[in-house]
Amino acid sequence: MPVRPAAGAARPAAAEPLSKVRLLDGSTPWLVTHFAHQRALLADDRVSSDRNQHGFPILQPNIPRTGSSVGFISMDDPEHARLRRMVTAPFMIKRVRAMEPGVQKIVDNLIDAMLAGPRPTDLMEAFALPVPSLVICQLLGVPYDDHEFFQVTSKALITIETPLEERMAARERLTAYLDDLVGRKTTEPGDDVLTELAARVTAGELTREQTAGIGVLLLVAGHETTANMIALGTLALLEHPDQLAVLRDSDDPAIVNSAVEELLRYLTITHLGLTRVALEDIEIAGQTIRAGDGIVFPNDIANRDPEVFPDPDRLDLRRDAKRHVGFGFGIHQCLGQPLARMELRVVYSTLYRRIPTLRRAAPLAEIPFKHDAIVYGVHALPVTW
Amino acid sequence: MKVTVDQDACIASGQCVLTTPEVFDQRDEDGIVVLVTPDPPESLSSQVREAAVLCPARAIQVVD
Repeated sequence: MPVRPAAGAARPAAAEPLSKVRLLDGSTPWLVTHFAHQRALLADDRVSSDRNQHGFPILQPNIPRTGSSVGFISMDDPEHARLRRMVTAPFMIKRVRAMEPGVQKIVDNLIDAMLAGPRPTDLMEAFALPVPSLVICQLLGVPYDDHEFFQVTSKALITIETPLEERMAARERLTAYLDDLVGRKTTEPGDDVLTELAARVTAGELTREQTAGIGVLLLVAGHETTANMIALGTLALLEHPDQLAVLRDSDDPAIVNSAVEELLRYLTITHLGLTRVALEDIEIAGQTIRAGDGIVFPNDIANRDPEVFPDPDRLDLRRDAKRHVGFGFGIHQCLGQPLARMELRVVYSTLYRRIPTLRRAAPLAEIPFKHDAIVYGVHALPVTW
Repeated sequence: MKVTVDQDACIASGQCVLTTPEVFDQRDEDGIVVLVTPDPPESLSSQVREAAVLCPARAIQVVD
């Protein structure tokens, strides 16, 4: 069953915890499969995210190796911390909580529209993509009317096979769009993140280019990932009716919370894994990772480490899964995770209770899965009720 | 138990605030951790330890 991206790719029971793998370009970085080793190395400051460092593993053949537009996700501290901290405030717990009623309203309105519309419908287009798109637009101060433009452009950026020139052109279009918006925020300020960033440009703390780069990162990461968790999560639940019933029949917030964590663990939609390079020699698991060695972290495999998650291939919404590394680990852990978790809480606790007869409207074999994307999910999910 | 936090290491993930709001808070300007209760009661010890385990930046130290 293809609901999980790497079903069947669990680590071989007797394999060494650290082994070398050969990538498409012939390089041979380390592959770290155990949960504990992934956490230790991802939180180690001798491990770098700078893809300009010699030995950095490149999993996708079509991405530019260099360029400032990649932003703080490819930087090390202290510059990484300086830039990242400029956009951490909107994601703090109390501000995310304050956004929750607004997200609930968005979810309720979209479900109302779906129920009033034709059956079957595509859950991705009618619900899964609009929820996070509307939320991130409001947060950033991006007009939702432009959603077709940025959704199509984001798709080009996260599709693995997009040729380099096309990918760079898509990034340039999105960067120019954000740059224009930031420029407008200086004269027409709003209560949003782009306005805050525009003020930092005026104060000389950020360049316009860095600001547009941060805007692109937040906009793309803010809707693609959550949309996939909503649609793929729904499909996984429809395939496990007993688990769907757990969510539908409970109004216990603790169950909803653990369901969110378990679906994040079980699906691990960031199926390409994480990449780093060692800056110094590191001793771990009886091996020495040498300075300059690349390291690949398949976080979907760590999230099925049986020592941490017993019977890991079972979807069990009641298990305590919150230590999962679905958002990564270390200083680069997903910036938007508090917001994503809140959006998923609202969605998972609302959708199946409002539409208890929700079901797939096409055979599983006909569902188009995103094998071609950096983030796993479904391109469409026909549903009816 | 005694708790210390490293504000330079913190990445404002907020996991500690969710786990043990009695002990941890986030400062308004950037969400970086603020230690509210450096010597929490024994009744909170398992939650505080969980917060330290969940912290992606390993910014929380617990000493008995």
